[in-house]
Amino acid sequence: MVAAVMSAAEPKATRRRSWATSVNAWLLLLPAIVLLATFTHYPILATLYHSFFSLGRSGPAEFVGFENYHYMLDDDVFWQVLRNNLVFALATVPTSIALALLMAVWVDRKIVGRSFLRLAFFTPTVLPMIAVANIWLFFYTPDYGLLDQFLKALGFAGHNWLGDPATVMTCLAVMVVWKEAGFFMIFYLAALQSIPPELKEAASVEGASRWYFFRRVTFPLLMPTTLFISINALINSFKLVDQLVIMTKGGPNNASSLLLYYIYEVAFTFWDTTYAATLTVTLIAILAAVALTKFVYLDRRIHYQ
Amino acid sequence: MKFKTKALLTAGLMTVAGFGASAAQAVDLTMYYPVAVGGPVTKIIDDMVQGFQKENPDIKIEAVYAGNYTDTMTKAMTAMKGGQPPQLSVLFSTDLFTLMDEKAIVPIDEIAGPDGKEWLNSFYPAFMENGQVDGKTWSVPFQRSTIVLYYNKDAFKEAGLDPEKPPATWAEMAEMAKKLVKKDASGNVTRWGVEIPSTGYGYWMLQALAIENGQKLMNEAGNKTFFNEKKTVEALQYWVDLSAKDGVMPKGAVEWGTLRTDFLEGKTAMMWHTTGNLTAVKEGAKFNFGVAMLPAKEQRGSPTGGGNFYVFKSATPEQQKAAVKFIRWMTSPERAADWSIKTGYVAVTPAAYETEAMKAYVKDFPQAVVARDQLKHAVAELSVHDNGRIYKIVNDAVQAAVTGTQSPQDALESAQKQSERVLNRYK
Repeated sequence: MVAAVMSAAEPKATRRRSWATSVNAWLLLLPAIVLLATFTHYPILATLYHSFFSLGRSGPAEFVGFENYHYMLDDDVFWQVLRNNLVFALATVPTSIALALLMAVWVDRKIVGRSFLRLAFFTPTVLPMIAVANIWLFFYTPDYGLLDQFLKALGFAGHNWLGDPATVMTCLAVMVVWKEAGFFMIFYLAALQSIPPELKEAASVEGASRWYFFRRVTFPLLMPTTLFISINALINSFKLVDQLVIMTKGGPNNASSLLLYYIYEVAFTFWDTTYAATLTVTLIAILAAVALTKFVYLDRRIHYQ
Repeated sequence: MKFKTKALLTAGLMTVAGFGASAAQAVDLTMYYPVAVGGPVTKIIDDMVQGFQKENPDIKIEAVYAGNYTDTMTKAMTAMKGGQPPQLSVLFSTDLFTLMDEKAIVPIDEIAGPDGKEWLNSFYPAFMENGQVDGKTWSVPFQRSTIVLYYNKDAFKEAGLDPEKPPATWAEMAEMAKKLVKKDASGNVTRWGVEIPSTGYGYWMLQALAIENGQKLMNEAGNKTFFNEKKTVEALQYWVDLSAKDGVMPKGAVEWGTLRTDFLEGKTAMMWHTTGNLTAVKEGAKFNFGVAMLPAKEQRGSPTGGGNFYVFKSATPEQQKAAVKFIRWMTSPERAADWSIKTGYVAVTPAAYETEAMKAYVKDFPQAVVARDQLKHAVAELSVHDNGRIYKIVNDAVQAAVTGTQSPQDALESAQKQSERVLNRYK
């Protein structure tokens, strides 16, 4: 704004130079804009467009307005996978954040075998989800799986962990927390190391306890990181469905299905592409709402400026 | 070097000559192939393809293995929508309506040549049912099966049962299963009586039970289902009771993929599974085992199952001709017999059972013909429009019932309601 007002008073040469600068800037942005527009913005708009049309398996696709959306609101499976997704997010996001913080604080201190510990905590993140899911599938297999063998050695009865709607979600959540926490730990570790050591010294001069220092100094200073991680974890909980393909296929009776997996099924097993578009629009709306909350609301309240 | 040049020149000349006579031109075919059972199925198919190519050097076939039936169908459809469809594929015989609705395939009788009708009549009629609609034959049976009852003869002996008398009725199966359950000192079950898989192909097992109870699950036009009929509910109730009331089957969903291992490890004394697993079970079993037809309520019965060859519409006439040639080669009596011996799938023509190889095999291993003999009680597999969606609905209902989330009645009522919503578009 200020620059614009000032530029009116500037001589012509300067103005031409600033025009050249902005052309230059746009040219530099162009490759990214083209890629984003082709692979992100256009598909989103096309999806939105298709969600207002009929499938057209026999005859041309017709404009049907909000019919697909009405169908969605009537669809019990949609509501179930949405509910599952919320439960899944509530179960995995706070747990993996807490665990990540705990691990970060632990390996931030000077202890023997620190690098080894860091590596150990980070390893699950490096593994592909498909590999992880196969390993955990063996853990949970009834009778001869690791978990059941362990329980039986202790004299307990085995359980059909993934075949029981009451336990399947917890089993998957535990696995995802195990896989994700190490990744978030890295962010906390970086943030912890950027906290100036003087604060700690000052606090110990004042006689503050370690818990008091963590609660009143470290944790508030980590808030921006926590926000960043929680948004990422939340988005991940909607994005990560590889494990379902390997472990449960969303079963039994949709008890472990998530929104994105349901979209995949509708699109590539049922070939109902317009309904899949409708569900995708819903998913995008949810994720956009999460992102907007971060940018518009939370960012302003959390940063110490 | 010199030799190489010469060879190249010759090859070049031959190619030129080849263009003259179009018959000599090499035809490339891509075939998607689904694998639903354990054992070296891909190796067997690769060997068969090799054998065919040796006899027909002008045809090249690339077999692509894309996972189970559902995955393969997904892959074939995605490839088709992306403009790169395969020329032939083995897919669920029951995907016929979906493939027709997508206008993906050509009727076989239109491309099979003058003696095509005779050839198509040489198959078991039960296997042709799923492939014939509107008076046309759309697919050729190949990887076909029925469900059979595998039982552990040693366990039968141990439980004081006659190992030569497998259960013939539902009541007998439940009774025998009770005797076969084994528990350890602390009361945990170490061997179950019977397991019926409820993941992956739950609709198939439900259909078997429904047929035995005298109930069809769908009409011939493929736009009506009978999930909430009294007899279907009874069928599911029997299944659920095996674990909930009789305590002879594990609670919760029984996994299709690991069930064979359960049986081979002695974790269950009986299992319901596809005959396609027969050879893998034979090779893996460390005990004597028997194979029997499924037990009857009102009648014996099993749906047929498995995959048929389809030829895609987008293939060129030459490719379609080559595809038919390949299919005829694959289903010829000797090959069908060989395939059946190596896997356990039912050979698709009666002639295959008249070959010397098959006769010799059956003499030593009479279990091999149980599934074939069951064909006279067999019924076409559940096949309707929008099949993928209907399967999912039935599988969900089965899983809801076996896990105790819903009663069989409620689960099937809801399945029927959802199916009607989907199928109303096809009336």
